[in-house]
Amino acid sequence: MIPLYARRRLTNRIIIGLSIAATGFGLLWLVMVLGTLLINGASAIGPALFAQMTPPPGSSGGLLNAIAGSVVMTGIATLIGTPTGILAGTFLAEYARGSQFGELVRFINDILLSAPSIIIGLFVYEAMVVRMGHFSAWAGAVALAIIMVPVIVRTTEDMLRLVPSALREAAAALGAPKWKVVVMVTYRAALQGMVTGVLLAIARISGETAPLLFTALNNQFWSTDLNRPMANLPVVIFQFAMSPYADWQVLAWGGALLITVSILVLNITARILAAWSSFKS
Amino acid sequence: MNSPTARPLATEPDSPDRASDDTAPPRQPRRPLAAPPIAALVQRKPGDEAPKTAMPDVKADVRHVNFFYGKFQALHDISVPLYDRRVTAFIGPSGCGKSTLLRILNRIYELYPGQTATGEVILDGENILMPGLDLNRLRAKIGMVFQKPTPFPMAIYDNIAFGIRLYEKVSKSELDDRVESALRRAALWDEVKDKLRDSGLSLSGGQQQRLCIARAIAIEPEVLLLDEPASALDPISTQRIEELIAELKADYCIAMVTHNMQQAARSSDYTAFLYLGELVEFDETETIFTHPRVRRTEDYITGRFG
Repeated sequence: MIPLYARRRLTNRIIIGLSIAATGFGLLWLVMVLGTLLINGASAIGPALFAQMTPPPGSSGGLLNAIAGSVVMTGIATLIGTPTGILAGTFLAEYARGSQFGELVRFINDILLSAPSIIIGLFVYEAMVVRMGHFSAWAGAVALAIIMVPVIVRTTEDMLRLVPSALREAAAALGAPKWKVVVMVTYRAALQGMVTGVLLAIARISGETAPLLFTALNNQFWSTDLNRPMANLPVVIFQFAMSPYADWQVLAWGGALLITVSILVLNITARILAAWSSFKS
Repeated sequence: MNSPTARPLATEPDSPDRASDDTAPPRQPRRPLAAPPIAALVQRKPGDEAPKTAMPDVKADVRHVNFFYGKFQALHDISVPLYDRRVTAFIGPSGCGKSTLLRILNRIYELYPGQTATGEVILDGENILMPGLDLNRLRAKIGMVFQKPTPFPMAIYDNIAFGIRLYEKVSKSELDDRVESALRRAALWDEVKDKLRDSGLSLSGGQQQRLCIARAIAIEPEVLLLDEPASALDPISTQRIEELIAELKADYCIAMVTHNMQQAARSSDYTAFLYLGELVEFDETETIFTHPRVRRTEDYITGRFG
């Protein structure tokens, strides 16, 4: 009895030790990445970063046009991608359960979900940039939306499937038509998960570089014309970080920190929204 | 319904029903049936005598109903009447089809592909299994409460108002009245009147179940289907639900599935015993629990199997 017990305690400790070590190993790199980013990026953060345009090498400037471009293109992508993704996810979870067509759509969506973003960029390049004859913010937004859709489809479907069927039955048993069951009961029950999914999808696209490189390209100047190339943070970071100019490199660090903090804010917002909606309902 | 008095069951020659029961162990002479604890629970109230001579109206008549999950036949040729303003309990071991039968009555099974019912269920002279029937209208007439409480993720008030708003456009004050009266009839008003804007999910399990009953009766159905309404609740909440059933009986035709034999004996007027998808016996609850005609029924209610 006693040796057996001692052995179990030992095994338990070893497993706990291994788990802690693995967690530490993962966190170590994360902390190093964030630490480097913070140390190098902090010096670039200042009013000029948000007030001035991307400069030519050797002169001072900021990232205003890139920030604005990223916000505009991410915003348009979200406007296209969110309804599409939520409706498709609803179709899969509520209307196509057990149907072969649903299985097919789900399979294709999974492929799209893991497709390298550069492929999406090339596709939109062929489909839009070549036909229009020039790079444009529209093409960039569409490329981002295409990356966004499968993420939202997946999270929406998963979240809707988590809603117990007893809840749907209860609503249907009151005589509610199916669309009302979905909109008024199932969506409400899955709301926080779906909102989190959308925010995570926004976070995912806000760091995408490859699809924008082929579509929106870059623009050194302030532009709000969606038919022209538009500056954006990831491509500017890419270009500036690769350059030999020290002031460009500092701006790249600043931009990287900015994106990271934005994603952090998105995640925190998602959590607050989730907590708020579960409190309210 | 013709129950001979004090049948000497143990000495009676086997009826065809019994002969078919070849899985049962050899029988010794048994004690007279009706284990007192359960039989004693059967409702006996003044006034109960009258309906026995004058039969109550049949509200819903299940006629030769079969049910299939894909190719598997879960119900075989079930015929059973549901009387108005009476509680009919469906008992039987797990998987006997009692919940399935309940789910036929509001055709909720049609939410899932591959489930089909044949036969007829006549409700107010209309076969509700008829194709092309307006399901939402049917479900407005037949309320259902499920085993696990299913409050919608919205305020208590909105849980009740949800169903009302589906059918009627009512003023705010009328809606308030309807919500209040539904909650009162479900014996929940006093507990929630100060927190109608709180989430329905914030209530306890027993309160949630009463909320679901309030939600079901708020749209003024004619039939109430209760699928093991108290099986997930503690004894106190169960008692409240049973009291509620006794009150609601005055207005509705109630069909209730239960695993709890005492509950069937306490709360119902009629009992149907199902076994392996077949209706073994249907009679007044008192008869089923004191003088069942079929041996399998007797075995089940005395706890020999199931």
